[in-house]
Amino acid sequence: MLDTLREALSLLGHLDNQVVAIVWLSFKVGIATVTLATLIGLPLGALIAVASFPGRGAATVFLNGMMGLPSVVVGVVVYLFLSRSGPFGDLGLLYSPPAMILAQTVLVVPLMAALTRQIVEDAWREYATEFRSMRFSLRDSVAALLYDCRYSLVVAVLAGMGRSLSEVGAVMIVGGNVEGYTRVMTTAIALETAKGDLPLSLALGMVLLTVVLLLNTAAYRLRQWAMRKYG
Amino acid sequence: MFPIRLANIHFTPGGRSVLAGLDLDIEADGITVVLGPNGAGKTVLLRMLAGLQAPDGGEIRWNGDSRPAAGIAMVFQHPLLLRSSVFHNAALGLKPLRLNRAEAQQRTRQALERVGLAHRGEDSARLLSGGERQRLALARAWAMRPQLLLLDEPTAALDPSATEAVECIVREIRTDGTRILMTTHNLGQALRISDEIVFLSSGRVIERAPAERFFARPQTADAKLFIQGELPWRIAFGD
Ligand SMILES: Nc1ncnc2c1ncn2[C@@H]1O[C@H](COP(=O)(O)OP(=O)(O)O)[C@@H](O)[C@H]1O
Ligand SMILES: [Mg+2]
Repeated sequence: MLDTLREALSLLGHLDNQVVAIVWLSFKVGIATVTLATLIGLPLGALIAVASFPGRGAATVFLNGMMGLPSVVVGVVVYLFLSRSGPFGDLGLLYSPPAMILAQTVLVVPLMAALTRQIVEDAWREYATEFRSMRFSLRDSVAALLYDCRYSLVVAVLAGMGRSLSEVGAVMIVGGNVEGYTRVMTTAIALETAKGDLPLSLALGMVLLTVVLLLNTAAYRLRQWAMRKYG
Repeated sequence: MFPIRLANIHFTPGGRSVLAGLDLDIEADGITVVLGPNGAGKTVLLRMLAGLQAPDGGEIRWNGDSRPAAGIAMVFQHPLLLRSSVFHNAALGLKPLRLNRAEAQQRTRQALERVGLAHRGEDSARLLSGGERQRLALARAWAMRPQLLLLDEPTAALDPSATEAVECIVREIRTDGTRILMTTHNLGQALRISDEIVFLSSGRVIERAPAERFFARPQTADAKLFIQGELPWRIAFGD
């Protein structure tokens, strides 16, 4: 047990190539996912908060339900689309980082959209009449609300990042944990532990935990700063 | 946009009669102050003029059209400001006008100058004082260059000097050719600022007269009581 810990720390201390490659890929996939999911999920969530359309209640319930979407389900569905016999099989994306990004984006968009809807809907209730008096279009309202809530929305973006970095199911199924190509922190931990490479798993686990804590600290600080600056 | 005609307007939320057959014509010039007791429907009237509230009965025509004309701005009693800079807030009303950037910035800067907030452009709007917030809301409306400006109790929570500043700005906006309709509880202000008074009571306009005549010789018992009821209180507190 102690030996395992010592080996794990030494892997981190020497910036072991394998560890660095895995962590680096996790970040690339995470950042790409969150960027895409932000561009889609935030406007989508805000639109559902602001627009009035038949089925809006159902859309909200659906979205909230999708927040807890099992990642393996997303993995399987995306797999079906990307597999050789699937509709997008010709692209040859299966078992590649783009496939992982795609699957994670599908996973994370509903989460970010649902959180955004909650945050924006509260602000919208306050501003609706005022925006209407200025003849804001739906687009104007969405843009202004997203801007107004930008510091609260960091929470949604961070939740997306957290989900992306920590989920295993989707990246495993469409990525395949190919060493040096699609192996990320979570797939390495899940699979290498079983194979007995405990130091690697532990090292990656510590990195993952540290990153998640740092992200949350940053978000907390940012919100405090915003609160002081903007009241 | 003008004339705006309200004919036989009814507003009966939950079956309770607030406006009951209100008639009012609004022509293109001047400052009109709408007076009336609490709950008389003054705010509702302004919201209807802005097209934000449909009446339960009767009709509103903006120069014959049943849809509210463009060029109406409304400043609410408690203006909402975005969590951003003063400048950004002042520019907000220009968004739907799709002006080019230079023009929008120039208009915004000008409006902020005219309300005396030009030097505060970078500050956070939500941290302004009450009087400054109200001036910012006026700048936001002014930058839109509205033909009709609706002000709901713009000085309700302000001290005398902030009130005076707002009155100055309102007069200047009128000089620009903007038609103004406002409500207030401050009868001194109504007298100072208005060209005419519209007095709302029992759900209708029961008097409409130049301010001096309204206060000197109110024609109805309701108006007389209203003026007497309000004046001693106002004088006692030195407003
Ligand atoms: N949207 C609304 N729904 C229901 N009741 C309303 C609404 N707007 C105003 N009222 C009611 O109409 C009455 C007049 O309100 P208001 O116009 O705000 O009065 P005031 O003359 O003091 O501005 C009040 O009793 C208020 O509660
Ligand atoms: Mg009112």
